[in-house]
Amino acid sequence: MAANKFTAAVRRLRAVATKEVRQLSRDRVTFGMIVGVPLMQIILFGYAINYDVRNLATVVQDEANSSMSREFIAQLKATQVIHVSYTTNSSDELARLMREGRASMAVVIPRDFERRLQSDTRPVVQILVDGSQPQLAVVAGGIAAVPLLTRHGEGPYSGGKRMTPRRIEIRTLYNPEKRTAVQIVPALIGVILTMTMVLFTSGAIVRERERGNLELLIATPLSSLELMVGKLLPYVVIGLIQTTIILIVGAWLFSVPVVGRLVDLYAAALMFIAATLGLGLFVSTLAQTQFQAFQLAFLTLLPSILLSGFMFPFEGMPVAAQWLAELLPLTHFNVIIRGIMLRGADLPEAWLQLTKLAGFLTVMLIVAVVRFKKRLD
Amino acid sequence: MNGTGQTAITARQLTRKFGDKVAVDHIDLDIPSGRIYGFLGPNGSGKSTTLRMLCGMLLPSEGHAEVFGLSVVNDAEAIRRRLGYMPQKFSLWEDLTCDENLSFMAELYGLEGDVEARIAEQRITYNLDGLRKQRAGTMSGGQKQRLALAAATLHAPELLLLDEPTSAVDPQSRRDFWERLFQLADGGATILVSTHYMDEAERCHGLAIIAEGRMVAEGTPRALMAGVEAHIYEIEGADGSEAPRLIRELSWVHGVTQLGIRLRVLADPSVKDAEAQLRALLKQHDIDARVELTDASLEDVFVVATRPEKLGRK
Repeated sequence: MAANKFTAAVRRLRAVATKEVRQLSRDRVTFGMIVGVPLMQIILFGYAINYDVRNLATVVQDEANSSMSREFIAQLKATQVIHVSYTTNSSDELARLMREGRASMAVVIPRDFERRLQSDTRPVVQILVDGSQPQLAVVAGGIAAVPLLTRHGEGPYSGGKRMTPRRIEIRTLYNPEKRTAVQIVPALIGVILTMTMVLFTSGAIVRERERGNLELLIATPLSSLELMVGKLLPYVVIGLIQTTIILIVGAWLFSVPVVGRLVDLYAAALMFIAATLGLGLFVSTLAQTQFQAFQLAFLTLLPSILLSGFMFPFEGMPVAAQWLAELLPLTHFNVIIRGIMLRGADLPEAWLQLTKLAGFLTVMLIVAVVRFKKRLD
Repeated sequence: MNGTGQTAITARQLTRKFGDKVAVDHIDLDIPSGRIYGFLGPNGSGKSTTLRMLCGMLLPSEGHAEVFGLSVVNDAEAIRRRLGYMPQKFSLWEDLTCDENLSFMAELYGLEGDVEARIAEQRITYNLDGLRKQRAGTMSGGQKQRLALAAATLHAPELLLLDEPTSAVDPQSRRDFWERLFQLADGGATILVSTHYMDEAERCHGLAIIAEGRMVAEGTPRALMAGVEAHIYEIEGADGSEAPRLIRELSWVHGVTQLGIRLRVLADPSVKDAEAQLRALLKQHDIDARVELTDASLEDVFVVATRPEKLGRK
């Protein structure tokens, strides 16, 4: 009996999914958008805009640990560009913090800091920059150009002379050529998936209501859960296809690598798809017409593009905007996907972001299910 | 299977409110199975809301209803398997073909056995064979309606709820449609149909007249017409005169309707010399017309039953 019930439910679910794919294949505009939007965006966003950045999460490895080195760090802090989030004595820990994306910049002061300062021609300080994020490399260049003077206009370690910029060595990790495409392409996956999942799915669900199909569906044995899952399933597949399009075009046109494992990447994409589907479902319970659904979807899309760290560095935003960005799934997905694609991070290392995505999904599902039930009444 | 003589639907004090508005106001129903039962009422009278409560789409605000002895609140799922519903608006998928719509509905109802054969059977019954690959959106009103009925009856439901099924089709399609309803009823199905067409209402086995959410009259069409609380007079030869206005001014006249050259006057039955009074009035204004008592039509029943005084309003 239970098995029969299950078979019947699967049969209904499959029927809904088949119907959705059939309808989608006949809607040429939407079908074209599924392929066209990723292609268009990857070309459009090929160029990014640089903005000033402040309070970058920075890890400091001070091997000299002298009054001079501490003075130097204080000078760096005074520029307000960096915020010393971690100090460490271990190169391994520094590398781990960078790879996990917890620090965007690292300042390494060598043991023989003073000696290099006085006589040596070798670089005095090494600054490591996370090149997988937009514009950070430019910022680091700015730091190197900061005249490191004391209050009295005299640096204790420079003998009154300005420290010449070239004596601070800057290395851009993960994206040595500082190419915008390398920063944009991974984040673009999240943007496109947000569009597909929120825009298309909320539209698809609201369409049934708008055209009066829902009234007929409610009178059939189809449950609302079967309807939802059946309708959303094709879009999960579409999302994975779009991810693949971006990866292929990114590698082919812009030589964007996938340093981490593809399995991790697709697993992360699936988690993100689930979270944004939750958002799409929620939007569909708010909107009465497809037009309203599109407006609401754009309302969520715009902050996602602007605040998620896709276009502008997270650290450069005012605190209020950062709080808002914390609520957006794309913010967390960007951290995960840049880690996997560019820094070769493993998925479990992004447990914090994954947890946030799961939390977002849970809240959205609860709200959507509660609201959808009411709507049937 | 429910045989004739059993009750398919019962409702007691069934009520639905939307905010302050009472859409359905304490309705009692006892609908026998194997019959065609009609809801006659103007738009917005609560017919659709009642149908929606009976198929478990809307919860009653007060009262209760049972379909096949099952509660519409607690057993909605069990009821849905035995029920076919045709909403007022065409609700199949316009971008799917006739066959695709039918197969989709067959899957939703979990049809057993040879599904293709059952669909083919429905195609023949509802004259859809020439439309197999045609998308529903490009069909005419009559074709859409046949497809909708074919979809609603695919799983051979014991109860069919039809919400103004003929509002978008031509007269010939309406006639054919009713032929099919009688065939379905002969096959044992109970059919509940809402309409605002008098001729359709007259074809029902049983009829409830609904106005402003209340059931104002109920019975067989014949009994309703025989028991109308009015005397009907037909006046011939008064067309083009001011007779309608003059007659309407009489306090005991409930309504005047013009039908071609004839006027139909609904008079309060308590006035014994109505015919004489009408004649005198016409004569007084030099209108030469014939006045005679006639049988009530269903429309007369409807007009009398939905008079504002009847509904407790002035």
